[in-house]
Amino acid sequence: MKDAWLIGAVVAVLAAVPLAVHSNVVLNFLVVTLMIALAGQGWNILGGYGGQYSFGHAAFFGTGAYVTAILQVRYGINAWLCFAAGIAAGAATGAIVGFLAFRAGLRSSYFALVTLAFAEVLRIVASVAPITGAGVGLLVPLDLRAQSFQFPSRAAFYLVILALVAIALMIAQTLERSRFGAWLIAVRENEDAAMALGVDAIAVKLGAMVISAAITAAAGGFYVQYFLFIDAPIAYGTWISVEALLTPIIGGVGTVFGPLVGALVVKSLGEGAKLVTGDVPGLDLMTYGAVLVLVIAFAPRGIVGVFADARAGVVRRLKPSENAVGEAARG
Amino acid sequence: MLSPLILITAVLNGLLAGAVYALVALGLTLIYGVLHIINFAHGALLSAALFAAFLAWQKLGLDPYAAAFLLAPAFFVLGYALQRFVIGPASRGDDRNMLLVTLGLAVLIENALLYAFRADTRTIELPYGFRTIDIGFTFLAVPRVTSFVAVFVVALALWLFMALTDTGKAIRAVAREKLGAELSGIDVSHVYAMTFGLGTACVAIAACLLIPTYYVNPSAGNAFVLIAFTIVVLGGMGSVPGALIGGLLIGVVESLGGFFFGESLGQLGIFLIFIVVLLVRPRGLFGASA
Repeated sequence: MKDAWLIGAVVAVLAAVPLAVHSNVVLNFLVVTLMIALAGQGWNILGGYGGQYSFGHAAFFGTGAYVTAILQVRYGINAWLCFAAGIAAGAATGAIVGFLAFRAGLRSSYFALVTLAFAEVLRIVASVAPITGAGVGLLVPLDLRAQSFQFPSRAAFYLVILALVAIALMIAQTLERSRFGAWLIAVRENEDAAMALGVDAIAVKLGAMVISAAITAAAGGFYVQYFLFIDAPIAYGTWISVEALLTPIIGGVGTVFGPLVGALVVKSLGEGAKLVTGDVPGLDLMTYGAVLVLVIAFAPRGIVGVFADARAGVVRRLKPSENAVGEAARG
Repeated sequence: MLSPLILITAVLNGLLAGAVYALVALGLTLIYGVLHIINFAHGALLSAALFAAFLAWQKLGLDPYAAAFLLAPAFFVLGYALQRFVIGPASRGDDRNMLLVTLGLAVLIENALLYAFRADTRTIELPYGFRTIDIGFTFLAVPRVTSFVAVFVVALALWLFMALTDTGKAIRAVAREKLGAELSGIDVSHVYAMTFGLGTACVAIAACLLIPTYYVNPSAGNAFVLIAFTIVVLGGMGSVPGALIGGLLIGVVESLGGFFFGESLGQLGIFLIFIVVLLVRPRGLFGASA
């Protein structure tokens, strides 16, 4: 229950931000950050809880984005329905990739490669197929009404993406406490042992991949509604695969708040680097690469892990006797 | 009209292009065979090597083929240091951490290049850049034939090194049985770093062979590495002959695919092969076990 309260408190604080902040620059930054946190939460379900490190979550982000855009532009369907269809299409893509990869028993390097390859195939197809607008991309016509999932104010967009992030947080928290989540973590820790205990590892990983892909696809669909444009390098480019895995790993892999914390830290660092160097490209992403290496070297459980360790340290110092009993019982 | 001679020309050009792919894949497969991880920084290191070869020509007037003798040892040292002091210590022997560290390095190197050189695409002009050999029914580019020959010389040298030297034997021992090698007194982290250095040196040579006919920009290496992944999977991860044959095969597939379906769909053929091989026969054509 403690986590549920914490989610409520964090979301409430974030929801109050537009009351105090009216700067479009800041709100834009927060919208993009939350969008990356959402994509990262998707990655976290499969990579963090399931231990399956995907290097191609762009496949789901891009599919969510393209389906949302294509159904609107080509068939004139309501944007909210398109968004839902985009999520479903992302989940279906996850099911297909997952079914093929897990059935073939691909793990570790092989799984990373096959996910990367699927994203690349989709990128190449999207950059030549007429329905995606090929090399030109797709523009969603401007229609600033809530029923077409477009808002005149950034604050409204911000509240929508915050609501999506809140849902993703609750999904992660529910997963953590469910039987399915326990199976998933068992598979992560030792797949063979989990199977020996009767866990259907393929089904569990597949389920996690579908949820994971759906959440990341939602971030893609939101991207289209916010920027009203999509093309192949954005939709299926490596940037989103990297950012989707970067945020949970830096924030705290396999934790409810990891992706959100990671996105805030990573995006702030990136913006900070941009402030220092002005318009010179490269430095913001350089910091991402460096932070990724440093976190794995010195804080493998991410920022959330560092805080958890620090709190445990404080608790141990405050209540030495109680903790000694606990340790004896465990040991 | 489709004449067999045009087709043969396409196949020959594919073989010539495939040789360089094979060299890039050779470095990748070497590292996989010993460390059991895919080095995601391979592409960024190739881009870095392309820039190094470019600068050697522009600033020092050094011919790319001569520069190879300088860049190969330099990149060997770079690769050795990266594995010994960054990748090894940071990942503490965990496969997934190693993958992420190489990915982090890839992002770091690629964007450092972007920061230093901007996104502009550059080429160099060599007196022999457009020279061709007449083989009767068609013409072949001199730099491509040179690189074809050079790749086989490098592969032979690598094979001799692995077969005859103590370090080569140690590398093979670690690849086969890490714990046993460690118990017989082999310094595994040294062997890991040696292997990574050799793989990186392959990339430096590939860059020197590519630069006369290819362009350089901060993400130029990525295109090759995605192809190299395919070759490594096709040939069997860790298999050196697999990388060579796989490289030539993929070169031909790309050339014929481009010939029949246009360039971008030729690339698509490569990835479809990649996915099919991964799913149907993940140990590849020559791999011992997945």
